[in-house]
Amino acid sequence: MLQLFLHLLLLLGLSPLLPGVIGKTKALFAGRTGPPFLQSYYDIWKLFGKGLVISRTTTWVFRAGPVLGLVVPVLAALMVPFGSIGAPLSFTGDLIFFVYLFGLARFFTASAAMDTGSSFEGMGAAREVTFACLAEPTVFFSFIVLARLSGSLSLDAMFGQALNTAWQSAGPSLILVVACLFVVVLVENCRIPFDDPNTHLELTMIHEVMVLDHSGPDLGMILYGAAMKLFVLGALVVRLVFPGSTGNVLFDTLLFSGGMLLLAVVIGVVESTMARLRLLRVPQLLVGTLLLSFFSLILLLR
Amino acid sequence: MDNYNPANLLLLLVILFNFFLLGSSRLNACIRTVAIQGGILSLLPLFIHGFSGHSLFLAGGAFLLKGLAIPFLLLRAIRQVHIRREMEPLIGYVPTLLLGTLATAGAFIFSDRLPLIEAHRGSLFIPVGLATLATGFLMLITRRKAITQALGYLIFENGVFIFGMLLAEAMPLMVEAGVLLDLLVAVFVMGIVMHQINREFSSMNIGQLSSLRE
Repeated sequence: MLQLFLHLLLLLGLSPLLPGVIGKTKALFAGRTGPPFLQSYYDIWKLFGKGLVISRTTTWVFRAGPVLGLVVPVLAALMVPFGSIGAPLSFTGDLIFFVYLFGLARFFTASAAMDTGSSFEGMGAAREVTFACLAEPTVFFSFIVLARLSGSLSLDAMFGQALNTAWQSAGPSLILVVACLFVVVLVENCRIPFDDPNTHLELTMIHEVMVLDHSGPDLGMILYGAAMKLFVLGALVVRLVFPGSTGNVLFDTLLFSGGMLLLAVVIGVVESTMARLRLLRVPQLLVGTLLLSFFSLILLLR
Repeated sequence: MDNYNPANLLLLLVILFNFFLLGSSRLNACIRTVAIQGGILSLLPLFIHGFSGHSLFLAGGAFLLKGLAIPFLLLRAIRQVHIRREMEPLIGYVPTLLLGTLATAGAFIFSDRLPLIEAHRGSLFIPVGLATLATGFLMLITRRKAITQALGYLIFENGVFIFGMLLAEAMPLMVEAGVLLDLLVAVFVMGIVMHQINREFSSMNIGQLSSLRE
């Protein structure tokens, strides 16, 4: 019970800090002061206090999108160990459940975008789904590598104590897996080489365009959900890189939180130093990542 | 297999560069990548055979030619003929990458089946050598520009070099020196040919060579 409480506290409390850290890092690179670290908290709070404007052409699907976008990361987070704090919910095969939970959220976000009847939002939905179907196999190949290394099919065990020995026996494979999952974090959370979260230019928007018609609490839910999605997927990468455990819950929590903030800084550095890829190049890079994850599996199986 | 053996890590890097070469269209980046790949390969003899005169000579020769001289010539060539990108490969970049990965997977499976001597079993040299050969082949088959074909030859030679590492103790110095010299001459000829093509015709596509008329 205490474990569940700590898990949710970390997720709900810490996740909006990540976009703040990313923003601050980017501001530092650009020589600006940038918005404060807690800006996302303010934004979400402000949006939840606002009124809601809903187009007359929309149906219940339009309302369901943001709700699922908020609920799914919370559910998915229950199956992911945060650092060495074990996952509250774990069963054999939950890795498939984990991936398809995000698939469900994506389906409803894309449907909600198309529900508005705007061809512009439909375009964004098409792009989002295209990129996601290229990123999904990468996740699966990476998970297969980890499942093979740990001999278990639940995320809790795959990202558990087995990682320590895995780093000694199959280091090169794991390095590739870390790189692949990092790319997945970037593409799933619409970070820069794939999608620019700040752009409002018609031709380049992907995720932004899908949520254009949402307002007030709905938009707040979307923002909060996006922050939590970044947190959950980022937690996988952080756990892979820091597989150790100190044995003390407090230290473990601090180590994990520090790792997450470090990840946010790394994402900020990537966003500051890279340009957005041309839309046609994105699938090419994603296929490359997919093949890289496939190669890490070959390397492990030989 | 000892995963943290420096030679094995270098070979893994070689494979990653193979993937990059198959997927990239920018000639400048490709030439630099081939140069880095050659530089990495030239370190291999030192890691396997220690600092003997023979391995120092192999490493130094390979580094000078593969890492510095040939890339310099190629970079100069593309500067002179003003080409930046491979525009239209015969097979697209993504399918080439797919083929390259399949070939790499095949190389790993195949080399597990080979009747090798005990010392080489489980080493990465043979699969990586085969995979690099296959990458060079793919590059030769799929690209149209004379310069990317020269790059294909270079990658191909890198694959041969990895194979040669296993035999370095038995391999006379002259053989390796001969191969490197051949390569240098080939790049020279390619450079001259490219210059001529560029002067006579407005395009660098080798496809047009086969449709020449009187």
